[in-house]
Amino acid sequence: MLGEQIIKGMAVTAKNFFGSYVSKERLTTVEYPEVRLEPKENTRQFPFLVFDGDDAEKGLRCVACQICEKECPPQCIYIVKSKDKKPDYKGQMQVYPVTFDIDISVCMSCSICVEVCPFESIKMDTEFELSTDDRFDGLLWGKKKLAKPNSHYHKVHAQDAKDSDAVLAAEKAKAEAKAKAAAEAKVKAEAEAKVKAEAEAKAKAAVAAAPAPTPPPATPPAN
Amino acid sequence: MFDQLDQIFVTLKHLLMGYVPERWQPLVSAVISIALIPVIFPGLFSIVTILERKGLGRIQNRPGPNRVGIPFTKIRLAGFGQFIPDGVKMLTKEDIVPRAADKVVHFLAPVVMLIPVLLAYSVLPFGKNMTIADFDAGVLFFFAVGGAVEVSVFMAGWSSRNKYSLLGAMRAIAQMVSYEIPLILSAVTVIMIAGSLNLSEIIAKQNHYTAGIAHWYVFTPWGFVGFILFLIASLAESNRTPFDLPEAESEIIAGYFTEYSGFKFALFFLAEYLGMFAICTLGMTLFLGGWTAPFACLTWIPSWAWFFGKLLAFVFLFIWIRGTLPRLRMDQLMNFAWKFMLPMALINIVAAGVWHFMGADSLRWVYSGGILAVAYALLGRGLMNKQKLGKRTYRYAE
Repeated sequence: MLGEQIIKGMAVTAKNFFGSYVSKERLTTVEYPEVRLEPKENTRQFPFLVFDGDDAEKGLRCVACQICEKECPPQCIYIVKSKDKKPDYKGQMQVYPVTFDIDISVCMSCSICVEVCPFESIKMDTEFELSTDDRFDGLLWGKKKLAKPNSHYHKVHAQDAKDSDAVLAAEKAKAEAKAKAAAEAKVKAEAEAKVKAEAEAKAKAAVAAAPAPTPPPATPPAN
Repeated sequence: MFDQLDQIFVTLKHLLMGYVPERWQPLVSAVISIALIPVIFPGLFSIVTILERKGLGRIQNRPGPNRVGIPFTKIRLAGFGQFIPDGVKMLTKEDIVPRAADKVVHFLAPVVMLIPVLLAYSVLPFGKNMTIADFDAGVLFFFAVGGAVEVSVFMAGWSSRNKYSLLGAMRAIAQMVSYEIPLILSAVTVIMIAGSLNLSEIIAKQNHYTAGIAHWYVFTPWGFVGFILFLIASLAESNRTPFDLPEAESEIIAGYFTEYSGFKFALFFLAEYLGMFAICTLGMTLFLGGWTAPFACLTWIPSWAWFFGKLLAFVFLFIWIRGTLPRLRMDQLMNFAWKFMLPMALINIVAAGVWHFMGADSLRWVYSGGILAVAYALLGRGLMNKQKLGKRTYRYAE
């Protein structure tokens, strides 16, 4: 019958019209500034610098190796190395960035800097409401704005943060073990040296007192 | 008391007239009546634009505009203030005239479009005793003035010197001329039965009740078919979906007003909606008893409230159709007009004649309705035959 399908179509639209007032599932729109969806685990927006502890200056993980600067496809990272050094998380003396700028108007959020960083220090943030009325300084982010605590990283990407903490902890443990071994070796060497020196001194004294008998050879204690 | 409420605007005007010297009374009376039309109906237009956007949104399962309320406050009014910034935007936009355009005609087109639309309101009854120019050839005047809209559409399309504009204008002319015939022919049945071209008289003929139900013409077989035909033709006349080919934005940008911006664009927009309201009002007057109540028990509601209520219901129907149907193709449009609408309208005239000459015989329901049902079935088969509905098959793809 002519017009039958039109009636059917009208019924469908009427169902949609009234249904959107009644059922929550139909009206899927999230009214954004007031209502927000939970950010997804995989959200990646712009990079930030992770620091440990409370002091951004002291705890900054970045050691200004400039790998990210070189790898960045749109060349939006600018780093100036420091002349002096400061201890990093494992106590090793490292240079640190005096200037670390990211021009987020140039950044294309490719996350290559995150992939190449060997120090787990640059990570992607989930912040996306970045509009500003100052298109020059407002979009050129310095070290102060980029530095965010590790707790923030845990908040935005919990699993990744755990993984990177584990990596750092393993490195630190390794370094500590190495340091311990080195220290032990040093202690031992010192002890040996001491024993040797004493023996020599003794021998010298013996020679001086009675030159006839030969002193026993100073063998290092086998252990 | 209800009678006073019904006639409140009429009495108010009479009171005002008391303060005017007698010599000036006809002029002032005319000015007051006329001045109300460009105030009330553009106001209605602004509300309908937001209603339309919200209605279409709901049909598509989204909330539609719901941000703007009263400016400079936090009150949102569910988005019903949207028309204020829209209007400000329209009026402050740059008015661009193409260099190659015929500037005089380009300027005149929107004005020429708005004037006949506003003129058409002069014969429409908005309530009991509320017609500006209540004269005997009202229906004729309405169609005559409405025909002038086509001229302005072509003026706009031609003077823009833009191929899209011209295409839109040509489509518009073809469509409007084609659909004007079934529009008028479906109205002819009412004129035949009512025996008058005066709109107030046509309403008076429908304004009596049997068993509490009004004698609206839509409740008769020929009136029902006439109403449906009128509805379809008025959709086409007011360029609304599914007949919005003249301004099909996915094909020809905005059709005949592609080259218009700012206030002129707003005028076109306004004229289009005012034309829609006018033709809805005419359809109401002819078939739905104008400002009368459908049931005798509801006659206490003021006539002007019935008028605006029915008008909004009509507009809602138009929005609903817009949210449902896709745009027709040009050949489908023409086929439908000439192969279905026109014969159906002619047969409807015969059915109305049968109805009239059988007098009070209740068999007239059977005869009149039978003629129309058979005609509908046959014409419908004719239209459906050529269509292979179902899954689309591709000859070369796959």
